[in-house]
Amino acid sequence: MLRRTFVTAAASMLVALGMFHPAEAEERFITVASTTSTQDSGLFDALLPAFTAKTGITVKVIAQGTGQALDTARRGDADVVFVHAKAQELKFLEDGFGVKRYPVMYNDFVVVGPKSDPAGIAGGKDVAAAFKAIAEKKAPFVSRGDKSGTHSAELKLWTAAGIDLPAVRGEWYREIGQGMGATLNTANAMVAYTLSDRGTWIAFANKGDLGIVVEGDKKLFNQYGVMLVNPTKIPTVKVDDGQAFIDWLISPEGQAMIAGYRIGDQQLFFPNADDPKA
Amino acid sequence: MRDTTSLLPLIVRDLRLERDGRVLLDVPIARIQNRQRNVILGPNGAGKSLFLKTCHGLVPPTSGSIEFTRPASAADNRRKQAMVFQKPVMLRRSVRANFMHALAMAGVGWRERRRIATETMAQFGLSSLADMPARVLSGGEQQRLAIARAASLWPDLLFLDEPTSSLDPTASRQIEDMLEILHERGVTLVLTTHDLGLARRFADVILFFHNGRLVEESNAERFFTAPQTPEAKAFLEHRLFW
Amino acid sequence: MQQDAISTASILSLLLGDGGHFLGIIFLSLQVTITAVTCAGLVGLPLGAALALSRFPGRTVIIVLVNTMMGFPPVVAGLAIFLLLSRSGPLGDMGLLFTPKAMMIAQFVLVLPIIVALTRQTIEDLWTEYQDHLTSLGAGRLRSIPTLLWDARFSLVTTLLAGLGRASAEVGAILIVGGNIAGFTRTMTTSIALETSKGDLPLAMALGVVLMSLTLAINSLAYGISRVGARFSGKS
Repeated sequence: MLRRTFVTAAASMLVALGMFHPAEAEERFITVASTTSTQDSGLFDALLPAFTAKTGITVKVIAQGTGQALDTARRGDADVVFVHAKAQELKFLEDGFGVKRYPVMYNDFVVVGPKSDPAGIAGGKDVAAAFKAIAEKKAPFVSRGDKSGTHSAELKLWTAAGIDLPAVRGEWYREIGQGMGATLNTANAMVAYTLSDRGTWIAFANKGDLGIVVEGDKKLFNQYGVMLVNPTKIPTVKVDDGQAFIDWLISPEGQAMIAGYRIGDQQLFFPNADDPKA
Repeated sequence: MRDTTSLLPLIVRDLRLERDGRVLLDVPIARIQNRQRNVILGPNGAGKSLFLKTCHGLVPPTSGSIEFTRPASAADNRRKQAMVFQKPVMLRRSVRANFMHALAMAGVGWRERRRIATETMAQFGLSSLADMPARVLSGGEQQRLAIARAASLWPDLLFLDEPTSSLDPTASRQIEDMLEILHERGVTLVLTTHDLGLARRFADVILFFHNGRLVEESNAERFFTAPQTPEAKAFLEHRLFW
Repeated sequence: MQQDAISTASILSLLLGDGGHFLGIIFLSLQVTITAVTCAGLVGLPLGAALALSRFPGRTVIIVLVNTMMGFPPVVAGLAIFLLLSRSGPLGDMGLLFTPKAMMIAQFVLVLPIIVALTRQTIEDLWTEYQDHLTSLGAGRLRSIPTLLWDARFSLVTTLLAGLGRASAEVGAILIVGGNIAGFTRTMTTSIALETSKGDLPLAMALGVVLMSLTLAINSLAYGISRVGARFSGKS
């Protein structure tokens, strides 16, 4: 009796397993290496179903920092990269890993900080001055520290503020090596400043005491570009389907959807595929 | 149906078993006669169990030979003998499955296995326990299962290590009855025991061990009435402690 | 605020909303984990038993190695498999990276040492008890393995469940090799990591509660089986 129960249980477990074999693979899909900001802001959840409905191509998004996303593509594990760090993207092209870079959209970065505002920078428009004040007051600052687009933007801002980061960095400057959301969680918990893309910031649900302290400076501009991985370097790249995704992103339809993605009444991303210099 | 030619007698020659320089067994010659009830006596530590295991092939001797009169392949020799251990090994399965497993190991086909298991259980009064987990049986029931399980293999030669130790008189009696049945069936029995009463009632041949040596091997009646060695005499008078 | 509204109702609505999206995640988690543990069991149980019964030079070294592997850091395992399966790695042509299969492989690698090590211990103990009997029946070591595995079945189910526990709680390795792709390689643990990073702590917690409930169910099952096993072993 007991033995029969045992055998039955084991057998039904195996049957259940077999029944639910996923409808995985075999379908048409491409792999896109992208950034945590596009995923954490919810943009992809809004865009991808429309693209899939139109073309029958499923898009699998690996969300990483920009640097890591480009590395994933270099190893041949992605068909398309969709990131936001122009210098790194151009290097990627130059090394022959990308076919062509298309500007897609921009959003901007915001400096986020606690209500107590220990560096006294709230309400300012000059990000360089704000960064300078943070460094001088040694106010806690959380850095992504993960070679992401946001991280490289942050490093450029320190330079623009005339701060020699390696020389002044101390306990107040905390590199956590994680994505945007994790960084915001950390800043909230540590009562610290950080730099975030606006999209992730708006979508972020655990704001706590944090608020925007500096925004609107031109230096905070954040451009996204998309590239097909070069099939001459990586023969497994799905050229047609990957290009179809890129074409759709920069098409009037894709651009309109990007412009239409809102959280509450706020637009997060601004399409600018028509600006060749972006 | 059954191969009726026997392998016996079993002849043991110049058997020595040493471990860490200590001599555990020293048997210049011993004979296990066909269809006899051989009872091995001796005080604790005399080497009785070890002798059984060595004869059964579980413990390789340091030197010497253990030979059947009619030589056959090792697998054949193995199939024609069985052993019941002092602490019976009960598989974690039902009583019936314990029989089925032993028969499977002996190469019996599935249908036959079921039939023999059912028959053997009926013969030894185990049918009502057939679906019980073997390990929840009482000590006496476990011992009966172990003997019946060995019997189901129809061995020519059956070794039993202290089959009645730690059993109450009723259970001991049942075991003795089972051994009687096996004897009548023609199985050669070799058993160790501390129960002199059992030995007197049951034995045809006594092998008396002391300190690893086979001291006396004789007809049971003569052993009990006129032991030839001082050790045996002392043992029977309960004077031999070491 | 929403952070502290973690009631059963809110958990249910979070999980059942969004078109059964999260049921899919839970299902994928179970599927990956159960497949990995089943395969690890099919390989690990006989391997553990063989290791228990075999005697060869270097056996002790292997046992120590296997025991050490039980504590293999998942992230390291994940990275190693990532490098193997990457397009530029030796097995890249199979195109397995960022698929559920890759996650199954990672969990298989993590669970296998647990199953081998615990099986070896269990079977070795049982062998001490059964050796004379099985040898007497003429079963060699090799033929004894099925008998021992079957008779140790209740302990071994607990072993498999221990493997299942490790696999279902694991996030480091599957995040690396699966890529946490929505609807494809996103499991409960990687979702929890993701929702936490999105700051959606209630949803992360709701998934955590589901995961813990499953773990509780698994452990209850393990306890029940060990009780039945105790009956068969004649211990109660």
